[in-house]
Amino acid sequence: MATPVLTVEHLTMRFGGLTAVSDLSFEARAGDITALIGPNGAGKTTVFNCITGFYKPTEGRLTLSHADGGAHLLERLPNHAVNRTARVARTFQNIRLFPGMTVLENLLVAQHKTLMRASGYTVLGLLGLKSFRDAERAAIEKAKGWLERIDLTARADEPAGGLPYGAQRRLEIARAMCTDPVLLCLDEPAAGLNPRESAELNALLRHIRDADGTSVLLIEHDMSVVMEISDHIVVLDYGKKIADGTPEEIRANPSVIAAYLGVEDEEVEAVEAEVGLSLPHDPPHKQSHEEHSA
Amino acid sequence: MAAPASDAPPSSAMGGILRDAALYALVAFGLCVPIIAYRTDPGPAGLVLVPRWGLVLILCAAIFAIRVLQRLVLLRRDARRALTPSPAQATEAVGAEPDAGQKVSKVGLWVFVAVALSLPLLATVSTGGLSSARYWIDLGILILTYVMLGWGLNIVVGLAGLLDLGYVAFYAVGAYSYALLSTTFGLSFWICLPLAGLFAGLWGMLLGFPVLRLRGDYLAIVTLAFGEIIRLVLINWTDVTGGAAGVSSIPRASFFGIPFTADEDGFAARFGLDFNSMHRVVFLYYLILGLALFTNLVTMRLRRLPIGRAWEALREDEIACRSLGIDTTATKLTAFSLGAAFGGFAGSFFAVRQGFVSPESFTFLESAIILAIVVLGGMGSQLGVAIAAVAMVGGPELLRNLGFLSAVFGESFDPSEYRLLLFGLAMVAMMVWRPRGLISVRMPSVSLGERRAISGAHVSEGHG
Amino acid sequence: MDVFLQQLINGLTLGSIYGLIAIGYTMVFGIIGMVNFAHGDVFMVSCFIAMIVFLLLTTWLGITSIALAFLLVLVAAMALTALWGWAIERVAYRPLRGSFRLAPLISAIGVSIFLSNFVQVVQGARNKSMPPVFSGGFSLIENEGYSVVLSYKQCLIMGVTAVLLTGFWYLVQRTPFGRAQRACEQDRKMAALLGIDVDRTISLTFVLGAALAAVAGVLYIMYYGVVSFSDGFVPGVKAFTAAVLGGIGSLPGAVLGGLIIGLIETFWSAYFSIEYKDVAAFSILAIVLIFMPSGILGRPEVEKV
Repeated sequence: MATPVLTVEHLTMRFGGLTAVSDLSFEARAGDITALIGPNGAGKTTVFNCITGFYKPTEGRLTLSHADGGAHLLERLPNHAVNRTARVARTFQNIRLFPGMTVLENLLVAQHKTLMRASGYTVLGLLGLKSFRDAERAAIEKAKGWLERIDLTARADEPAGGLPYGAQRRLEIARAMCTDPVLLCLDEPAAGLNPRESAELNALLRHIRDADGTSVLLIEHDMSVVMEISDHIVVLDYGKKIADGTPEEIRANPSVIAAYLGVEDEEVEAVEAEVGLSLPHDPPHKQSHEEHSA
Repeated sequence: MAAPASDAPPSSAMGGILRDAALYALVAFGLCVPIIAYRTDPGPAGLVLVPRWGLVLILCAAIFAIRVLQRLVLLRRDARRALTPSPAQATEAVGAEPDAGQKVSKVGLWVFVAVALSLPLLATVSTGGLSSARYWIDLGILILTYVMLGWGLNIVVGLAGLLDLGYVAFYAVGAYSYALLSTTFGLSFWICLPLAGLFAGLWGMLLGFPVLRLRGDYLAIVTLAFGEIIRLVLINWTDVTGGAAGVSSIPRASFFGIPFTADEDGFAARFGLDFNSMHRVVFLYYLILGLALFTNLVTMRLRRLPIGRAWEALREDEIACRSLGIDTTATKLTAFSLGAAFGGFAGSFFAVRQGFVSPESFTFLESAIILAIVVLGGMGSQLGVAIAAVAMVGGPELLRNLGFLSAVFGESFDPSEYRLLLFGLAMVAMMVWRPRGLISVRMPSVSLGERRAISGAHVSEGHG
Repeated sequence: MDVFLQQLINGLTLGSIYGLIAIGYTMVFGIIGMVNFAHGDVFMVSCFIAMIVFLLLTTWLGITSIALAFLLVLVAAMALTALWGWAIERVAYRPLRGSFRLAPLISAIGVSIFLSNFVQVVQGARNKSMPPVFSGGFSLIENEGYSVVLSYKQCLIMGVTAVLLTGFWYLVQRTPFGRAQRACEQDRKMAALLGIDVDRTISLTFVLGAALAAVAGVLYIMYYGVVSFSDGFVPGVKAFTAAVLGGIGSLPGAVLGGLIIGLIETFWSAYFSIEYKDVAAFSILAIVLIFMPSGILGRPEVEKV
């Protein structure tokens, strides 16, 4: 339980004069769902982009450890290799599916590495060898399995761009999972979902953690999701870590409440009496609205 | 709006239409002055102006009349639509288009292949002899060359979404490869053909490597720059390329080693036929048809392989591709250099057909025509590209048959002078009419159930 | 040293012309994110307009004052070319706004092909040459048979460019139109919501770009005295190179880029080989785009994830 899958050490990211993330260190443990929360502009997505290779961090070290003992320094890998060799998959805040390709094709593109190898880097595939056809059949079977889990089997041949929003979110997660990741990074997976879809998402993420053995790191504003499913929470504010612990610890942490409500430390206790208890079920609506509209 | 569909529009509407048309005519007048109104002719002491106000007035009147007619037609159509809303209207955008497109796509390509295969026969029968069919077979060769180039570029632009405005450079590399290899080392066409493709592909890789990081219009401009650089080098590097004069007396194609000559080793004698210079032309026709179909076959297969799917994914969303572990640089390079290789094949065919190559044939205009064929056809649609090539290359040929117009416009009127002018206008008109091209639906590469086409509205055009 | 000075003068003259054309590219790219491929041909059309109007004025109307003729030609060419710019935007680009990304580019290539062949059809394929005007100049340095000359034409070109650019700069920085234009560059939808007539602003952008290209056209025909229907493409590409080099979207960048391209071209021709001068220009374009795509004065672009 205690072995970390991802170790972030002294991560700093600057854009020109702006420091988006400063000296951030935390661990995501293998087999856990770790949540990264914080008010808007706290630098969460920047941390994600550093982990998944879209940004090169200004300073710091990001180590990804595999169960077999192998370790990868993410900041040194080229963008695509973060997924290919270190096996970190991600989703995006504003969904990035391949809208003109079918749901099934989306899931097959995700198995590019396996299929490319099976097609002998295209040469064997052009000749139509049996080994490749077998591999392709296996890939389709795997995709079918995921379609069933996200309840999209009936729409497998429809363009991904035509799916309703909630289905697109689920498909993006399934697509990321088709790359066989050890760590799945989800950027606001519950944004824009209705309560029923949100509950389904919780079940899906738990299942990914327990059945697939994939660790999950997620950014989320919806506290009902965060508090319910995370094993571990890291709180960011202005690019710095202000708290780190179990949901219970975070819920009780005065500086987290201060960051979310924007009040001085002295006032926290007064506020806590009012809000503290209702936090898990009734997240600070005012803030989450602000964040969505911003 | 609710006015009964009488033939005459209400007079107030008519007044508006006339005012609008008058405005059009006025703008046209402004555009014609002075560039049409005065022709500059060389005179004894510098240029002399020749006034042509009559022409300007005719043009303005024509614009006025066209605009009035257009407005009237639109008005009546709107009135009819307002009266009887068709039930199809609501579902049109989603349902109807893919079904129609699907049927066309399925049958169309086979129809195209069937017509292409039988064209020499059809032309011979209808013109009454092999030699008199020459015009049609030559035209067929020209169109098929563009079909092949279009299909080659379709890999780059249509599938991978990379905008290449310098495709003609690879056509040139292929043509000069064959020209120089055959004239210098005496290599035969069948050895040079794969070599030409290989060279063009290598050039594609070489040029593609630095530029494929660029996106969109920037990539287009850099590829344009490379295309022009290659052409200018061909012009100026006289020692090797023969400069502007080009390379001539390139060996002609042989029937797999048997030359098309009249002597007894020749094709006709070997096969017991009477010698006819058309044999070579027909052979060239089937050669380019074979090359084009080969391009098509490879493309269709690749689309169903992981690499083809990665190309299309790249066109849809490059960032998502990287997050899924796809090496986007390598994937782009394969598309770019494969497209280049097909351009090289077409180039070596061009050289063997003409027997002569010069930088003249590889101007930017050629790149623009090929790209226009791909975009007009509907990006990624093989059939669309074929139709667009027939329309864009064959269409202007029709102008040659409009000689009777000189009876109307005077002796000096030559309709083929207007070929490129109309070509440019057609490009604009086609884009305004169908910005996504003739066939904008996309067929999925794999499906669980029945394969259904995807409406073009979902398909992205690529960003790189 | 003398050769250097002479080439410097020639280069700055040529660069002024490129700079004027480059502004049209940079403004249109800034506002609708499109490479207006036909802009070089609009420049070529303006050369013809200027030449015909000049001939009209001098031979038919008998105006003898060259200065007055020049001024009238400038005004007429700017107005008529601006009409071309407006009409092209209206017919070929506006219907495609917000549509498929490649469509405007293809449409622009179509306009470019149309314009050059239109001029070929109505004016003939041959080079047209005009009688020289404003001949003579200041001799700056004279030694051992080589004299560095700053011709009146060159003075005029640099002067007109400087004056017009100042006026133009004022227009974009200080007037409501300029504000509307900059707002549209940032966010077209938001600008529309705030009551800016976006279509009109874009139209005006094309009109201004074409008018500046017409200035370049008048100066070009006066400087070189010869033009043909195919003369739009290469200056167009070079001006686009200038716009990219200066940082596309930046007006001072376009002028700076134009001057640099003009200087490089003349020095290259003087010291290396004149045959390869276009290769040099195209190579600079490729190199700049590959290694510094945001140009000298442009803002770097951060990839949005």
